[in-house]
Amino acid sequence: MSLSRSGKQSGLALDEPLIFERSRPGRIGCDVPETEDAEWMPHLPAALLRDPIEGFPEVSEPEVVRHFLRLSQWNYGAATTFYPLGSCTMKYNPVVDEALARLPGFAHLHPLTPDELVQGALEVLWHLEHCLKEITGLAAVSLQPAAGAHGELTGMKMIRAYHTQRGTSRSKVLIPASAHGTNPASAALCGYSTVSLEGNRIGLIEPAAVRRAMGPDVAALMITNPNTLGLFEREMVQIADLVHRGGGLVYLDGANLNALLGVAKPADLGADVMQINLHKTFSTPHGGGGPGAGPVAAAASLAPFLPVPRLVRTEAGLRWSEDFPDSIGRVRTFHGNFGMHVRALAYILALGGKGLEQVSRHAVLAANYLRVQLQDTFSLAYPGLCMHECVFSDKGFEPYGVKTLDIAKRLLDYGFYAPTVYFPLVVPGAIMIEPTETESKETLDQFVAAMKEIAREAREQPELVRSAPHRTPVGRLDEARAARRPVLRWQPHTRAAAEGTSPSSEPPLRG
Amino acid sequence: MEFPEDLRYSKEHEWVLVEGNVATIGITDYAQDRMGEITYVELPSVGDKVSKDDAFGVIESVKTVSDVYAPVSGTVLEVNDDLPDNPELLNDDPYGDGWMIKVEMSDPEELEDLLTAQEYEQLVAEEKE
Amino acid sequence: MTERALPPFVRLRGAIEPVRFLPHTEDDVAAMLAAIGVHSLDDLFADIPADLRARARIALPDGLSEAEVRAYFEARAAQNFARLERCFAGAGAYPHFVPAAVDHVLQRAEFYSAYTPYQPEVSQGTLQATFEFQTLVAMLLGMEVANASMYDGASATAEAVLMALRLRPQRTRVLVSRALHPQYRETIRTYLGGNFEYVEVPVDASGRTDVACLHQQCDQNTAALVVGYPNFFGAIENLAELCSIVHAHGGLAISATWEVLALALLRPPGELGADIATGDGQSFGTPLSYGGPGLGLFATRQELLRAMPGRLVGQAQDSAGRRGFVLTLATREQHIRRERATSNICTNHGLMTLAFTTYACLLGKHGLRRLAARNTSRAHRLQTALCAKGWEARFAAPFFNEFAVAHPQAQARWRQALARNLLAGVPLWRWYDEYPDTLLLCVTESPSDAACEELVAVLAGEVP
Repeated sequence: MSLSRSGKQSGLALDEPLIFERSRPGRIGCDVPETEDAEWMPHLPAALLRDPIEGFPEVSEPEVVRHFLRLSQWNYGAATTFYPLGSCTMKYNPVVDEALARLPGFAHLHPLTPDELVQGALEVLWHLEHCLKEITGLAAVSLQPAAGAHGELTGMKMIRAYHTQRGTSRSKVLIPASAHGTNPASAALCGYSTVSLEGNRIGLIEPAAVRRAMGPDVAALMITNPNTLGLFEREMVQIADLVHRGGGLVYLDGANLNALLGVAKPADLGADVMQINLHKTFSTPHGGGGPGAGPVAAAASLAPFLPVPRLVRTEAGLRWSEDFPDSIGRVRTFHGNFGMHVRALAYILALGGKGLEQVSRHAVLAANYLRVQLQDTFSLAYPGLCMHECVFSDKGFEPYGVKTLDIAKRLLDYGFYAPTVYFPLVVPGAIMIEPTETESKETLDQFVAAMKEIAREAREQPELVRSAPHRTPVGRLDEARAARRPVLRWQPHTRAAAEGTSPSSEPPLRG
Repeated sequence: MEFPEDLRYSKEHEWVLVEGNVATIGITDYAQDRMGEITYVELPSVGDKVSKDDAFGVIESVKTVSDVYAPVSGTVLEVNDDLPDNPELLNDDPYGDGWMIKVEMSDPEELEDLLTAQEYEQLVAEEKE
Repeated sequence: MTERALPPFVRLRGAIEPVRFLPHTEDDVAAMLAAIGVHSLDDLFADIPADLRARARIALPDGLSEAEVRAYFEARAAQNFARLERCFAGAGAYPHFVPAAVDHVLQRAEFYSAYTPYQPEVSQGTLQATFEFQTLVAMLLGMEVANASMYDGASATAEAVLMALRLRPQRTRVLVSRALHPQYRETIRTYLGGNFEYVEVPVDASGRTDVACLHQQCDQNTAALVVGYPNFFGAIENLAELCSIVHAHGGLAISATWEVLALALLRPPGELGADIATGDGQSFGTPLSYGGPGLGLFATRQELLRAMPGRLVGQAQDSAGRRGFVLTLATREQHIRRERATSNICTNHGLMTLAFTTYACLLGKHGLRRLAARNTSRAHRLQTALCAKGWEARFAAPFFNEFAVAHPQAQARWRQALARNLLAGVPLWRWYDEYPDTLLLCVTESPSDAACEELVAVLAGEVP
């Protein structure tokens, strides 16, 4: 066992080289038998063949397992740590859902198996569609998109197709300044130019602002509700009405659906189309950055444009149908991230209608609890009740030279993941906290205590905060240097430098 | 923070050094400070036309990206070839080694619209509030 | 709020029902409400118009116990035909054996319950594994740089086409081989919308993209050519020649590989002239799972790096000089560049990159080659056996583990095989009117020898 590189950690923070640096000629981690050259070589022209891939690892199974388990120990996950990452809804992922997605009847199911032999899987998908329709109040659902941003792209393509069919060329999409960056990026991918709407002094979009921006060239409003400040857009019904009367459509970014269950249905808010982030509200794991799933729900007027294939029920059972001539088409292979669909339905069935309503009530309770506990210590961006998340900032810490990033890094030392920082952009130095419903009051109290302690440190020992974190496997990394001369992969020729020296030796940075 | 007296400034935080009909253009000390550590620079090619108030280049730091606008119109005579490989020059020496392009001006009267060092310093003071 | 003003459903809610994922007791709730300074949970929703709340009930049944949930899914899983050892279907999703160590790593909650690694100091596990993934993908595809993954092969390929159009802003034509996976073609069409000229290049008699037609179709307005490698019929394209044709007209060559195991033996697209190499990494450690999640691969040449979509992990150092890894070059991305980003993509398929990386390390330099050789050998043996029984090899081009065979009775025999729980490949007539009576069969290491023999007998009509 090699000691940690810093020597400062108290636990078993182990040093772990790149897997390529562990490689030794002759080792292998699998039991695939050799095939005689005569059995395969004659089938492939010699000119098409490559040599064994230079640099590919040669490691035994125990080394592979140890390598990745050690790496896992360097991660904070929502299962191990409070993860108050605003806007990401890092709630508990029920363990049973992992087992269910791995049932051989699902895991080994080929996507092109004829429909009559996959009725169990199709029932799961049908049931999930039904639940999502009930939850959103919208008429139809496609489970195909692979992620929230993918769902947004799908929804905006549908809006474009809707207007094209009506022979109107509308070129603009209205987007509040507080929106996620995916909104303008998705609109731009569909060929739209974007118009930014400013919020009022308490961060909300006012009907007057929409009325001013509305015109015959506006295709849609993309709006997030609750918005990214954690505030409910109170005038949303009126705003949606204004957009509809102007011939536009309303895209609801469903990223914050965790606040709306049993509180307000998207259809009642005036949404025509929205994506649902199953990895947020419906608790499929985030996976270190995916796979997510971003089903799209649509009102009856937009349903004909949903991606194909769509699931239909016939007398012979469920089947996939391509027979939707107005569809925008396919946005990926096969039927969506089925493994995530299984997990999401398992979560919905476990909670039931009443349990889901309780999810939002408790998520909002926890966020407001943190808001009042911290509002005397940190500057609250907007006063008053919040929904599932609340936004603070580093205002007031200027005299000590302590910024939002420093506070976030110091939290890591206290064993908490950091909140979302510097977003939304409309709040300078934003600290966006989303506790979710699955953290106990004790955890919330510990978090409050840590935040207050950090505020005290910022005033009394600012350097301690500015140089945080101190207890992590690595300290603050030089991101500017990494971006100026990017090293995006290991190179086989650096291997010699690693061999024959201790495993912790560093290959030289390139460039 | 420096505001050299011999330069003219735009409201978008570019500076101009005028020598005859040639304008050397860069970003101000205040601009580089706001951007943070600059990691990437995109410049036009020699011979390109630039128009006043249109973007002629892009500057990136770790977490922001910004267009750079031409304070005057004209033809690019020279670009700072050291910048793409050493974008930190913009942080270290914005008025010197961090210059971006030299332009042969097509309408020197456009210089009238630019700010003096004092006016620009005033603008920065207001922005900081 | 007076009692009369309360919407009706609020009154239905009295005590808090215990739910196993929600820790708050009634006492906790009371204490938290008191701290907030409100009297009830409903007071927290004072900003929501009462009529909206009144209609917001979720009319779904009450929650189920874990045992009930499990029983529900076990019953539905049992209804599906899902047996790797009797699966001869590929066509973009491959029935490969996954060593237990892969799923063991995947089940570490430190990996699966983490978010995108925004805080590198407590995400070094994900970041280092992703750096290793980028390296493996770049080596496998023969490219200089690979990103941290996309959703799946089809969306990655569509993004590659958009990237090519950004790099050739004056051009509007996109050439797509008709032998590219049909669902990849459909996805490209969706992503393009109506704004560009989408043109298909026909297939020649050997099963490869028709070079003569390509010469005619490729012009100065062509931004990119997209081909499968191997293509949808399993045929191994003459990629170098195709790339050189599009290059001669100043366009970009995009290759897509959805059976990446082939690249353990075949020369990689980067070496043959592809400018962007995409693919799906499902073959390496991700179960079929009815087609999702997959794993979009995306690699390109260093000089095109800044036009690339998706996340990137780069090497960095901390103040003490220790090596670490960070997300880098984020200014290409939507959260900074917004409407001018290279893509709207946020996340990658992080957990699948971990499966890919663990799998590639276990098999390693020589194991992957052995497995690929075994696939080649078994596929050719099955094809030979079928051809000895009256089936005709549809195409003459060399293939890896997937091939097209035709027979006048193909449709009926395919049904007969299904009735015996043999998934006898994928019918090509589903996508190609020009190939009726043709099956696309895939032979990995998974089907047993007995299943192979049975398949030959059934398709030969020797078994009723």
